[in-house]
Amino acid sequence: MNELLKQLTEADGVSSNEKEIRLLIRDLIADHVDEWRVDSMGNLIALKKGTGASDLRVLVDAHMDEVGLMITEIASDGTLKFEPVGGFNDRTLLGKVVRVGADKISGVIGAKPVHLLSASERRRVVKIDSMRIDIGAKDKSAANGKVKPGDFAAFVTTYQEMGNTALGKAFDNRAGCAALIELLRGEPYPFDLYAAFTVQEEVGLRGAQVAAYSVQPDVALVLECTPAYDLPTKEDVSPNVALGQGPSIYVMDAVTIQDPRLVAHITRTAAERGIPYQIRRPGGGGTNTAVIQRTHTGIPAATIAVPGRHAHTPVMMINLEDYANVVKLTDAVLRTLSPDIVRRNLN
Amino acid sequence: MNELIKKLTEAYGPAGFEDQVRDLIQPEVAPYADEIKVDALGNLIVHKKGDGSGLKVMIAAHMDEIGVMVTHITKEGYVRFTNIGGVYPRTLHGNRVRFADGTIGIISTEPLADRNKVNSLDKHFIDVGATSSEDCPVKVGDAAGFWREFAVLGSRLVAKSMDDRIGCVVAIEALKRLKETPHDVYFVFSVQEEVGTRGAQTAANALNPDVGIALDVTLTGDTPEARPMAVSLGKGTAIKVKDTGMIAHAGLVKLMRQRAEEAGIPYQMEVLEGGTTDARPMQIANAGCAAGCISIPCRYVHSQSEMVDGNDVENSVRLLVEILSKPIAL
Repeated sequence: MNELLKQLTEADGVSSNEKEIRLLIRDLIADHVDEWRVDSMGNLIALKKGTGASDLRVLVDAHMDEVGLMITEIASDGTLKFEPVGGFNDRTLLGKVVRVGADKISGVIGAKPVHLLSASERRRVVKIDSMRIDIGAKDKSAANGKVKPGDFAAFVTTYQEMGNTALGKAFDNRAGCAALIELLRGEPYPFDLYAAFTVQEEVGLRGAQVAAYSVQPDVALVLECTPAYDLPTKEDVSPNVALGQGPSIYVMDAVTIQDPRLVAHITRTAAERGIPYQIRRPGGGGTNTAVIQRTHTGIPAATIAVPGRHAHTPVMMINLEDYANVVKLTDAVLRTLSPDIVRRNLN
Repeated sequence: MNELIKKLTEAYGPAGFEDQVRDLIQPEVAPYADEIKVDALGNLIVHKKGDGSGLKVMIAAHMDEIGVMVTHITKEGYVRFTNIGGVYPRTLHGNRVRFADGTIGIISTEPLADRNKVNSLDKHFIDVGATSSEDCPVKVGDAAGFWREFAVLGSRLVAKSMDDRIGCVVAIEALKRLKETPHDVYFVFSVQEEVGTRGAQTAANALNPDVGIALDVTLTGDTPEARPMAVSLGKGTAIKVKDTGMIAHAGLVKLMRQRAEEAGIPYQMEVLEGGTTDARPMQIANAGCAAGCISIPCRYVHSQSEMVDGNDVENSVRLLVEILSKPIAL
């Protein structure tokens, strides 16, 4: 059992409410870094000093927040209205168990039983604004005091492993956090490595923007968990990425064109080390790389991701070899990251 | 100038992959520059020093063009793709793309029952002459630009990527003609404009100019049934008042008009109802600057045959030189 992944995914940290996950990560890295600090938004930024062989300043980012819910109102019947925090496909929420607020009150996102659905209701998807969380309170006064509007709700999913496949919540992006923690626990790099466990990615890449601004690195890598969509289709189209095919390398998404020199360095390193990799299908999506790249005077940046099925639902799935290869590849990419890869010389 | 226009417009440079364009521009500007550098995102920044009495002025013309990127290669060797920037499906069928290594591909589309309709982008594909995925010369993640030769049609000039290599040409020509200037002028040949004015943003953060002027193409209202717009090809350079991302600094607009009037340069006032330019990130970078845009009127923007008028290009160069060679009081 991968205890690190278990601990990280079972902790809660809905965007802007990252304290629990931040404290956990801090305790996991404190003995392996030279300094750490928490900035005004809640980003955990650690410095692992290098050997001094290289004067590069390198940032590795992994967002620690996860998608979840926020309570907006307690209804008269004691159920809780809520808003999404981050993006959801509404139909994945019904029937899921959540824990609400600082006291982690258990609840379920209630659904009308199939027996009672009319024929037309069976064909419709229930909209998120008509869903309620049931915490077993008989009316509003029974719910008051246990929960309040503004409380966050996180999904409850126990981490499990089935062979090489791991199942749990929030692999997006605790898989990236776990990989970054493993890098910090290794031998020093030639350069100073700044690790940023960032907040509020799921609501618009907000934490990384200020973290990158304060660190002002020469180069940045973003560790992510990217949606795998590799179920069979009739047509000859590519999956976004597939589980078990290796680390997923970004080239272009909806908001970023990755630095081509870094992409080439990553794929070359993978080929040299015999690490499998896959180019994530260019097109949609977006990561912290977008804001890091455009920070201040610009930062060469690229993204390496663990493929994860069922992203932004209460249950995700990753392949543990993919995860191990992300750690291995990122480590190799960093150890061979020479300044000439990202510095430009005029001829 | 046509030789330079041909050279630059025929170069490969989709957003994010501007190296080949930069390598062509650099030797053109080097003899006239006091300092040249390339920043982290790939912007080429060319500094011409002033006499110390003027302002810090950033001129931005983007090197990148729209293009496509490979998303999938079928068993039969056909290439599926996504867009880089604003690619319109109706401009694709039968046209050609070129990859960084020179590989040419033909774009076609799945059959459509109604010939008057256009398929969406995902129903298009590129044929690079492969017979299977095994011998396909391109791979997922490769970028391509459109491929079309430059052509001269009287005073009209036609090419792919007139947007915005013609802006680059205007910047280069102005730099060459600018003998003396009171201003510290930074000519920025920017990257990734077509995907969201990304390069100019970091360049403006770094330079922190007092004045920012973008050089870019604008639409016209002079084709059959065109949306009304008081800009026509051949009627002069266009002074931008507003587009959907920026309202130009009123004092700068006034100064541009004044310089055009003084020098007898034909000009048109431009209000663009769709799109924006590198002037937007310049205007709101750091603590902000006085931003505006000199536009080159252009028909058929974001097609493989973008058309400008050579006289408008010349007048845009003249206006920029007039502005830069005299004091700027805002």
